Amino acid sequence: MDLNTIWFSLISVLFIGFFFLEGFDFGVGILHPFMSREDRKRRVTMNTIGTFWDGNEVWILTAGGAMFAAFPHWYATLFSGFYLALVLMLVALILRGVSFEFRSKDKHPAWRALWDWSFFAGSFIPALLWGVAVANLIRGVPIDEKMNYVGGFWNLLNPYALLGGLMTLSLFTYHGAIFLNLKTTNDIRDKAHKIALKLWLPAVVLVIAFVIASYLATDMFTPPGAGQIITVLIAAIALLLSGWFLKRNRSGWAFVMTGLTIAFAVVTIFIGLYPRVMVSSLNAAWSLTIYNASSTPYTLKVMSIIAAIFVPIVLIYQAWTYWTFRKRLSEDSHLEY
Amino acid sequence: MDALFLARLQFAATTIYHFFFVPLTLGLSIIVAVMETQYVRTGDETYKRMTKFWGKLFLINFAMGVVTGIVQEFQFGMNWSEYSRFVGDIFGAPLAIEALLAFFLESTFLGVWIFGWDRLSKFQHAAAMWIVAIGSNLSALWILIANSFMQEPVGFVLRNGRAEMTDFFALVLNKHVWVQFPHVFFSALCTAAFFVIGISAWHLLKKSNDQTAWQRSLKTGIIFGVIGIVFVLLGGHTQAQHMVQAQPMKMAAAEALWDSADPADLSLFAIVDEANRRNSFALQIPGLLSLLSYNRFSGEVKGINDVQKEYEAKYGPGNYQPPVGISFWTFRIMVGAGTLMFLILLYLFIAMLRKRPVTKPLYLKALVWAIALPYIANTAGWMFTEIARQPWVVFGVMRIEKAVSTAVSSGEVLFSLIVFCLLYGALMVADVYLLKKYATAGIPAAAHQE
Repeated sequence: MDLNTIWFSLISVLFIGFFFLEGFDFGVGILHPFMSREDRKRRVTMNTIGTFWDGNEVWILTAGGAMFAAFPHWYATLFSGFYLALVLMLVALILRGVSFEFRSKDKHPAWRALWDWSFFAGSFIPALLWGVAVANLIRGVPIDEKMNYVGGFWNLLNPYALLGGLMTLSLFTYHGAIFLNLKTTNDIRDKAHKIALKLWLPAVVLVIAFVIASYLATDMFTPPGAGQIITVLIAAIALLLSGWFLKRNRSGWAFVMTGLTIAFAVVTIFIGLYPRVMVSSLNAAWSLTIYNASSTPYTLKVMSIIAAIFVPIVLIYQAWTYWTFRKRLSEDSHLEY
Repeated sequence: MDALFLARLQFAATTIYHFFFVPLTLGLSIIVAVMETQYVRTGDETYKRMTKFWGKLFLINFAMGVVTGIVQEFQFGMNWSEYSRFVGDIFGAPLAIEALLAFFLESTFLGVWIFGWDRLSKFQHAAAMWIVAIGSNLSALWILIANSFMQEPVGFVLRNGRAEMTDFFALVLNKHVWVQFPHVFFSALCTAAFFVIGISAWHLLKKSNDQTAWQRSLKTGIIFGVIGIVFVLLGGHTQAQHMVQAQPMKMAAAEALWDSADPADLSLFAIVDEANRRNSFALQIPGLLSLLSYNRFSGEVKGINDVQKEYEAKYGPGNYQPPVGISFWTFRIMVGAGTLMFLILLYLFIAMLRKRPVTKPLYLKALVWAIALPYIANTAGWMFTEIARQPWVVFGVMRIEKAVSTAVSSGEVLFSLIVFCLLYGALMVADVYLLKKYATAGIPAAAHQE
């Protein structure tokens, strides 16, 4: 495997980490206003991810930094091309980030409602936009011979991309409901369980619809290679099984299953794209690939050494925090946020 | 208005805003870690209450730094795509390393610190804060490695139409990093020190609960402030001397020195007439600029006109002169605010050594207002160092107009600029409201917050 492929794989790992971890964070944020009208219960919802959300969000910052370092043209084309969508995403992430720290620091109901809904919108918008962005990446967007996106904002909002947005929205919300079910007690836990059961079917339908649409509208599943067929099947089966586990109150396993769905969905997309990183809908020769968009072998080598040392360390200490703070939260817990 | 101008304005606005929060995070993380270490070491509950109080303010500030930092990570690609393509091979590396080494560390362990009071041992809990402090300051180091490449590019070769990295260690060991990082680090320590001093002074003035804690906080602030300001001044001096060598145009602009001079005088005050390339009035101290530049009373300091000619010969025809008036004044505002900080700390330090702490209400009130000084100095300093580098985005390698995104229209940038300004304005109101509320609520309220 050459260095370019290694970095392509590493970035897929960063996206798996991001969608898996931030996926349930987004889900918790989306469900937050609907879990309860009682302030204390809303605080429990928010606090389930209180310890983790910031560390989880760093996965996307690192993915962005890794794209910049390893494939500067990918970073430049994607971020300048999807400009307005990214502005919207940034506004959402900013509102979401401060809502944790701000919400419970004042008792006024209007203040709390303001940050409750900021938390909701700040989770809802990215959960939707990520699907839109990923779908456009797969489908291809107008990129000219100078690697510049020439499609404008509305071009991104095609039906296929919107289906992608609804797919990630439903999947993350479902994933978040299961996480809440795992991290809370008593009636909050029961409510999360009920919501998760209800969300299973929409998630299944939308994921399958998106896979079929991808088969018809993109070259994701065209040969060579059966790799993506296998991985998409694993993702689908895991999603089906998650419902089975949920019904039997095995929410730990259900959570593992939605995690697998997300991980294998990302893997499927990266295999389908390979060796491209952005598909040009104007001319196949104008697509960005892991070769024409990349940094020099020297830079990739330096970055590989650093990643080989530090990625495992990050994984170890983040896993340690999840283990240390594994206890369920209840209304009697000490709530910081 | 063209896209380039708007993109520059947006970068300036969002970066300056981001840097309102960063220095306090860098400095206060260390001060809180020290307070908590004192608690672990002595078991004295006062230190625990101090840790909780200052920790709360730290968190409110930290949140703003984090969310405005996301914009920074993305906007090189969004607004400066041609820059990103051109220097990505070398400039992307420190940003990626910053996220991997520093962001993960600070954000993960801050979560541990916030929620770990009753789940970790005292020792582990204090260690978490130290990790946050190390992570935050490591992130400052890596971002300054990236910035130093823009000020003084090293470790690369121009090949395949872009700047390609040839030596990673040259990038990291860039001389510019090691004159810039200490200056930034210690000014962050000063920012936190003045924050702690000012708020403690307010509580001493109001005779709030827990006077011991406020006196100790004041003392802690003074000690860190003194350490900070001494190294800020020394570091700033080294940095300026390096600037004379590495970026003579920047130095000349800082001093509004149009023609080379030996010995060079220092203008304390000048009316800069940029159109006619002269100063219509200047109040000067003979020879001082040479002294500051070379530690002796002679030595040529190059003027703007001569450097312009030199650059024309080196880089081809063009205007290589940064906005002189802004450079001159931002530099003076930075140095002026720094000098005031030095005098205040000197007074406080002597009073502390003589065991006659400040009690006069007027002085205590002045200390509250002095919280603004480091913010003014930080902002003016960064405005200076970035504006006086113009027209270069990477000194000597890439001009700013070549760096901007070609795929983003001026309408789009105008839209995002307005959105960010509105959002940032509203958040500033909320943030200041909360900081003020928790700062004035004092210690008991912070300990039993609900």
